Amino acid sequence: MPAHLSARLCSLALSLLLIAFALPAFAGPFEDAVAKFANDDFSDTEEAIGVVAGSGNKLAFPIISALQDGRLMADPDSKKVYVTGTDGKSIDAATGETVASVPDSASAVRLNNRLRRSVDAALGSLTLQSPDVGTRLQAAQSVFKSHEETALEAVDAALAKETNRSVKAALGEARAAILLFKSDATEVEKLEAVATLKARGDQEALALLTGMGDQPASVTKAATSAIGSIQNSLAVWSMVQNAWYGLSLGSVLLLAAIGLAITFGVMGVINMAHGEMVMLGAYTTFVVQEVIRSRYPGLFDYSLLIAVPLAFLVAGAIGVLIERSIIRFLYGRPLETLLATWGLSLVLQQAVRTMFGPTNREVGNPSWMSGAFELGQITITYNRLWILLFTLAVFAILLAMLRYTALGLEMRAVTQNRRMAASMGIATSRVDALTFGLGSGIAGIAGVALSQIDNVSPNLGQSYIIDSFMVVVFGGVGNLWGTLVGAFTLGIANKFLEPVAGAVLGKIAILVLIILFIQKRPRGLFALKGRAVEA
Amino acid sequence: MTPHMLTRSLDRGATIFLAIVAACGILIPLSNLLLPAGSFLQVPTYLVALWGKYVCYAILALAIDLIWGYCGILSLGHGAFFALGGYAMGMYLMRQIGTRGVYGNPILPDFMVFLNWQKLPWYWYGFDMFWFAALMVLVVPGLLAFCFGWLAFRSRVTGVYLSIITQAMTYALLLAFFRNDFGFGGNNGLTDFKDILGFNVQAEGTRAALFALSCLALIIGFLICRAIVSSKLGKVLIAVRDAESRTRFLGYRVESYKLFVFTVSACMAGVAGALYVPQVGIINPSEFAPGNSIEAVIWVAVGGRGTLVGAALGAVVVNYAKTFFTSGVLAPYWLFMLGALFILVTLLLPKGIVGTFNAWWASTREKSTAAAIASAAAENGVEPKMAE
Amino acid sequence: MFSKSTHDIAASFCRRGVLAATAGLVLGLASLTGAKAADGTIKVGVLHSLSGTMAISETTLKDTILFLIDEQNKKGGVLGKKLEAVVVDPASNWPLFAEKARELITKDKVSVVFGCWTSVSRKSVLPVFKELNNILFYPVQYEGEESERNVFYTGAAPNQQAIPAVDYLMKEEKVKRWVLAGTDYVYPRTTNKILEAYLKSKGVAQEDIMINYTPFGHSDWQTIVADIKKFGSAGKKTAVVSTINGDANVPFYKELGNQGIKAKDIPVVAFSVGEEELAGIDTKPLVGHLAAWNYFESIKTKDGSNEKFIKDWQAYTKNPKRVTNDPMEAHVIGFNMWVKAVEKVKSTDPDKVIDALPGIEAPNLTGGVSKMLPNHHITKPVFIGEIKANGQFDVVWKTPGLVAGDAWSKELEGSKDLIGDWVGKKCGNFNTKTNKCLGSGS
Repeated sequence: MPAHLSARLCSLALSLLLIAFALPAFAGPFEDAVAKFANDDFSDTEEAIGVVAGSGNKLAFPIISALQDGRLMADPDSKKVYVTGTDGKSIDAATGETVASVPDSASAVRLNNRLRRSVDAALGSLTLQSPDVGTRLQAAQSVFKSHEETALEAVDAALAKETNRSVKAALGEARAAILLFKSDATEVEKLEAVATLKARGDQEALALLTGMGDQPASVTKAATSAIGSIQNSLAVWSMVQNAWYGLSLGSVLLLAAIGLAITFGVMGVINMAHGEMVMLGAYTTFVVQEVIRSRYPGLFDYSLLIAVPLAFLVAGAIGVLIERSIIRFLYGRPLETLLATWGLSLVLQQAVRTMFGPTNREVGNPSWMSGAFELGQITITYNRLWILLFTLAVFAILLAMLRYTALGLEMRAVTQNRRMAASMGIATSRVDALTFGLGSGIAGIAGVALSQIDNVSPNLGQSYIIDSFMVVVFGGVGNLWGTLVGAFTLGIANKFLEPVAGAVLGKIAILVLIILFIQKRPRGLFALKGRAVEA
Repeated sequence: MTPHMLTRSLDRGATIFLAIVAACGILIPLSNLLLPAGSFLQVPTYLVALWGKYVCYAILALAIDLIWGYCGILSLGHGAFFALGGYAMGMYLMRQIGTRGVYGNPILPDFMVFLNWQKLPWYWYGFDMFWFAALMVLVVPGLLAFCFGWLAFRSRVTGVYLSIITQAMTYALLLAFFRNDFGFGGNNGLTDFKDILGFNVQAEGTRAALFALSCLALIIGFLICRAIVSSKLGKVLIAVRDAESRTRFLGYRVESYKLFVFTVSACMAGVAGALYVPQVGIINPSEFAPGNSIEAVIWVAVGGRGTLVGAALGAVVVNYAKTFFTSGVLAPYWLFMLGALFILVTLLLPKGIVGTFNAWWASTREKSTAAAIASAAAENGVEPKMAE
Repeated sequence: MFSKSTHDIAASFCRRGVLAATAGLVLGLASLTGAKAADGTIKVGVLHSLSGTMAISETTLKDTILFLIDEQNKKGGVLGKKLEAVVVDPASNWPLFAEKARELITKDKVSVVFGCWTSVSRKSVLPVFKELNNILFYPVQYEGEESERNVFYTGAAPNQQAIPAVDYLMKEEKVKRWVLAGTDYVYPRTTNKILEAYLKSKGVAQEDIMINYTPFGHSDWQTIVADIKKFGSAGKKTAVVSTINGDANVPFYKELGNQGIKAKDIPVVAFSVGEEELAGIDTKPLVGHLAAWNYFESIKTKDGSNEKFIKDWQAYTKNPKRVTNDPMEAHVIGFNMWVKAVEKVKSTDPDKVIDALPGIEAPNLTGGVSKMLPNHHITKPVFIGEIKANGQFDVVWKTPGLVAGDAWSKELEGSKDLIGDWVGKKCGNFNTKTNKCLGSGS
């Protein structure tokens, strides 16, 4: 500590001295480097990062982390550089003195990707001994990524002190990565490094091993076998990954189709405006988020929770309105409902286009839906996981509703035998309206979920309508379980075909398979039996 | 009103329809070619091309009405047959470009040259000959319809299931033709045509001739449809439409009837597509879009399902509305109007324009004949007998 | 007896009805043909989709032209006449584009048309413009391989966008491995062919190039993003060159962000993602990804021309958040070039204007002056921008001067000897080896 202090004092004195002599305002490698931040030139900035990070100066960490967050301000005229703290206070980056305010002419030092990597690497070696476990782990990982020789010393020092197991492992891997590329490392060290990376066994380890260049024969041999074993295990994982992607795609298909399974499957209304109900749900989410952004920013993470019931109500209400004003005149003429609802879908699309504009609207991911976690060697993104869970929840609730509530009972009664239901005292027209409203409402909440992974634009609905019909028809009209199985089958089949055939051919293959399947089982996977079939 | 009277009155309607189409087919080209440009009665060339397009749509609508109106097969994939016919013609037109393409390659179309294709794919062979292309216009859609129908009708896929898988068919073709590797120009499709049978496709005379040919095709198509629906075969088709199982139990091989009429209809759609392409100057995968096929069904519904004349009329009316509404101040609202038109027609005119007109006419006639009988009876001092 | 009389009545009625219908048709025809150019105005056609899938991009361009016409009229119009916009909606329907182009030229008698976005819409209207001899200004970056007498291409050719972007990545980011990801249509196909040839000429091995195509509106990117991740972990610096089309971008970037592919690991440089597309995405996870354009809204100009344009545009649209983008700038340049050419020849006659246009210069919005070249493409600066958290771009690199647009790519076997020259050679596809015009001459 005293050494640092004296060095700082010394450099301070030196710079004051130099200013007094009206020589170039900065001297000493550190100050020189800091001043380079003000040049607005990427190469200068990169040089400055290297010097500052290696200077051992106490200001190095605040400067580099400020640079990363866009808090490092530089004044191009006076060539002075400032660090604005997260608390709003600012210091002079060269001296560490507190300044009253940053001049208006100063702007944040710009970064590009190359510089961001340098910043990460610099911060990595600077924070290897941070008191916070998370920071240390992150630091070790960024050293692993950059694997620059200069960080070896810091890694060794950190490794000696480290007590946390996972950080220790990460540091070990970082050390191995550095050694692998260090030209003067011994053969034994390199063999150890290969073994460590083989144990890590993921894509990045594979990347290092394949990219390590010329090595002694024994190392190359060890690396080759390590690469082989990693590749084998990754191949197995890629099957798991495909299955997961398939489930995820299936859940999206199911979500989009589930409302249709009610309006089309249960009621027999070919509802071409189904996609537009999904779109309305997505736009409801957009409106909710807009209100939250402007009025209650703190609630943003709850925006989807608020949007779900609202979307259900909006789409459901519009569904009831459509049923009362159009569909009810068309019962028994399923093909004509197709035409009317097609017209309706045009009207709804253009209405949304007029109200919200033709461009995509931004719907943000709440923090709990952003990012991913690693499960073994596959990445599972939170938004896909939540959508899968949400879909299953919606499905379960719907199923329970149809089975256990009075309304559900009435719905089943009306769809099975309208006349008899009516003569038992069920108000069939009310049930019709509510059923259609329910189907539309569920399409609306599908829109909330889909807004998280897709465009929110007037065309949103169109992209799902055909897929939804395929799912319902494939699964068997009138059977919710069929829709479930249909959606997941198509999703998984699609995702296993895609790596082999490519996205386009995969999709074509699926369509052809559906067409052939329908020949085999003309009424879908789970066909209704009995007289209703011919009706 | 008995079915007998319906056919009789439609027969008259049909004759008049044919007369109008024939008159248009003769007069419009003549007026376009012979009268001086700008005179009041001269039909400008762009209208000839525009109406030529409508006539092609009318043929497509006729094809759909034949299977939907008379046999109850709702195909939501007829746009695919139309587009296949169009592609067959487009391939012929592409081969006619010869060295006049931008790269001057005598064999390969431009899009193949810049994607570095070395030789013509086998399925392009023969399309430099008109007779072969013309044959393919019928064979390709017909064969697809035959295979598709053979599978579907034999396994008794009916109703909405059939409609949905026809959508799947056209959607799959859409995706396939989008692929550049497929060898049909990808999303850009086939365009920049020069000659058809040695005549410049952009010349006024060629356009007029194509228009006249389209009208002729419409007339022939109409006659074929009339012949089918008024024959004994047509009666069976109507029986299939109204009670498929009962017809089967009576000993008819329902699937053969359906297959026959489905294939004929697909061939007609192919011809419509083939005439459409030289007139609009482009064929690309968007013709396979599922929405297009649905729209074509809507033309039939608007005009009147099961009336033939109505189908053709519906195609013209809806497309004219589209042309009209997509220009000028109405442009931002045209989807509202088109959508509203579809909703209102299904709600208020469930029989379509022609169907409603027929019904209205029948009831007026009944009233007037009843009145005539009443007055005649009153004169003769006889108690009037109520008409049925 | 009964049936006979009713039959006659029916027949006569049918005849009357049909006559009435015919009369209606004829009237309809007449009303279509009846419109004539009002005296004292010059009509300008606007051919951009206002509905359907392309409305998302094209509506802004329609507004841009209306805005420019409004501004020009405030300055007194052109040749002492006011400009009048004729707006039609081709509804993202390619044959309808041809029909509407024909209608604009024949019925509305427009002097020039600004329009189209997709290549297929341009291809669809091309024969119409050639036949009826009118002018089309096409404002979007495209695959090149075309130079037509009646079309002026104010968007970027591949050498004005794709190649500089790849150069930047090679030099600045030291990229060694390339993913060329695109939507399966002609622009990505051609661009990727050109890039593949270019990369190979720079010594990139075949196994270091991965090409991937997806259908339009592809929304499930899980597999492809995972593939990119896998491809990127082969020990060499990897970048993605994206020619993914409009709608599919949002789910693509969302998936990238969620799977944790950061710009500093695998940067994505896009040619179809601009300010307008970003307005629909939460850009925080995308910071650092790149786009190559000839214009960015964030560019500061010394004379303040961009700032003024943005201010006026936002005032005109009454929307202080309305963004500007590259195709808009292309329309601004094209429009001003047309005005200058018309004023130069004192006529709106297409033949005269077409001949006058090459050589005309007009300021672009980034402080330079663009020039119309004999091949009907223009000179443009190329900028590489990084996405910022606020949905704008931070320019990290630009070409030292303006780049002249090549109608025919130097990298493709079929077109490397071709040039377009409508001034000297009067030919759009002149083969410099054989000294022959390959047909697309005037």
